[in-house]
Amino acid sequence: MGGWLNALPGAVAQGMIWGIMAIGVYITYKILDIADLTVDGSMCTGAAVCTMLMLSGVNVWLAVLVAILAGMLAGLLTGIFHTFMGIPAILAGILTQLILWSVNLKIMGKSNQSLPARSFDVLVTQLKQWETLLILVAFCAVLIAVLYWFFGTELGSSVRATGCNIGMSRAQGINTDFNKILGLMISNGIVALSGALLAQYQGAADISMGRGAIVTGLAAVIIGEAVFSKVLRNFALRLTGVVLGGVIYYIVYQTVIYLGFDTDLLKMLSAIVVAFFLAVPYWNKKYFVKPKKKGDGGNAGA
Amino acid sequence: MLELKNVTKTFNPGTVNEKIALKNLNLLLNDGDFVTVIGGNGAGKSTMLNAIAGVWKPDEGQILIDGVDVTGMVEYKRAKFLGRVFQDPMLGTAADMEIEENLALAVRRGRRRGLGWGIRSSEREKYKELLAELGLGLEHRLTSKVGLLSGGQRQAVTLLMATLNRPKLLLLDEHTAALDPATAAKVMSLTDRIIDEEHLTALMVTHNMQDAITHGNRLIMMHEGGIIFDISGEEKRKLTIEDLLDRFRKLSGTQFANDRALLN
Repeated sequence: MGGWLNALPGAVAQGMIWGIMAIGVYITYKILDIADLTVDGSMCTGAAVCTMLMLSGVNVWLAVLVAILAGMLAGLLTGIFHTFMGIPAILAGILTQLILWSVNLKIMGKSNQSLPARSFDVLVTQLKQWETLLILVAFCAVLIAVLYWFFGTELGSSVRATGCNIGMSRAQGINTDFNKILGLMISNGIVALSGALLAQYQGAADISMGRGAIVTGLAAVIIGEAVFSKVLRNFALRLTGVVLGGVIYYIVYQTVIYLGFDTDLLKMLSAIVVAFFLAVPYWNKKYFVKPKKKGDGGNAGA
Repeated sequence: MLELKNVTKTFNPGTVNEKIALKNLNLLLNDGDFVTVIGGNGAGKSTMLNAIAGVWKPDEGQILIDGVDVTGMVEYKRAKFLGRVFQDPMLGTAADMEIEENLALAVRRGRRRGLGWGIRSSEREKYKELLAELGLGLEHRLTSKVGLLSGGQRQAVTLLMATLNRPKLLLLDEHTAALDPATAAKVMSLTDRIIDEEHLTALMVTHNMQDAITHGNRLIMMHEGGIIFDISGEEKRKLTIEDLLDRFRKLSGTQFANDRALLN
């Protein structure tokens, strides 16, 4: 039990970093109604950019900022693939992800780069658990506040409308292509931020660190909704629920490891759990609700 | 107000599914015209509305709204001239957003959407008044999700959204077809009232022949992608459903076939 308790602050910290990443996933998956696989690559891009800049002596805040911008560029690329080139969103994300694999290797020069917390002025680190938690809470609070503000503006509202009913949005004069690109950029910027924080926390950037990130992000979104949706209805609170979903995910993850579960199987387990939860709304509709007329919800992109 | 010049559109050209949807379509709408559109299955009624709205570009021809050539203008840019209500009540509103958010989106049609608040509190009062005029009790539900409303309520909200920001042309695509008769009648009288009060120019596709005769000042009948019959004023008022069917037989050489046409 003592070992589990000792691991708890670390699990919470990692959970919050992944919770930030999950907010990025929330924006594409829940708000834009796009399953964006760019995140598997842009997470590492954020880590790689931040790490390399810090290794070359750049200030940590500037490094994080450039990492966010790099993530936004990745989102822009996916957005252009999807809107301008007409490639289905899921494939557009996979293409960018593959491009980023090469780009990330080129940024780092090899498959991993260490960023020792003792030699660099990092924001978050395993060496200072409590300070790290405080800083992460502050990061989450600012991020949620900014997103709450943005999605309440005229532009932000039109982004939400684009994801909700694209035909209606065009009929109301909304530039839906622009909004999709904007949403993808914001999302991947946030994902890159979480990558930058994770590299600092772990003391290294690794080419495979974003692998399966979309699944972890979805898991956090789903857990957040399942556990808190009854209490947290307001948009800002729902984003908080997503971060808490990430924390719960990581606590469960650490517990499973602590109990001696074969870690080789963890990714498979996560994916199966996520698949099951993704099926729940579908099963609900199919078996427990009377069939509704076509065009329900307008997420078909009419 | 609206001018269609020789508009032609063929779907799936060069395949077995080739379908000439619009064939040299010409139409001129005067300011304040309220035109009802009837026709058989596949006559091109909805296709004409989609051409005007810019869902796709016509193969040939020209579309002018209030003298502006919009033929090559993309759908979302053209939206500033148009108010649209669709057949499916689900299509006209954002279900996951609140009633007031939907209205706020609509009032900004044709304007730049910046980083100011999506809804100002002064707007809420205006929305409350407008919703109260609908007589559906929605003025107390400004923050309800539109997805919770019935089909008729959603169509009423969509109609409000289409006309909130006075459009140069209102496009109604069988907007009462999915509603039960009582609700349809309510939405129809609401439509009449708004068009009358705002002096709107409107184009209404309907499958209900009686509605086509009763409402508006002009009626056009479509067949095989063109207009075969155009009548207005006193002559239109005197029309009966039998007249219409008779004229259709004579002009098209076929029986009027529309799965959903209501003959009374």
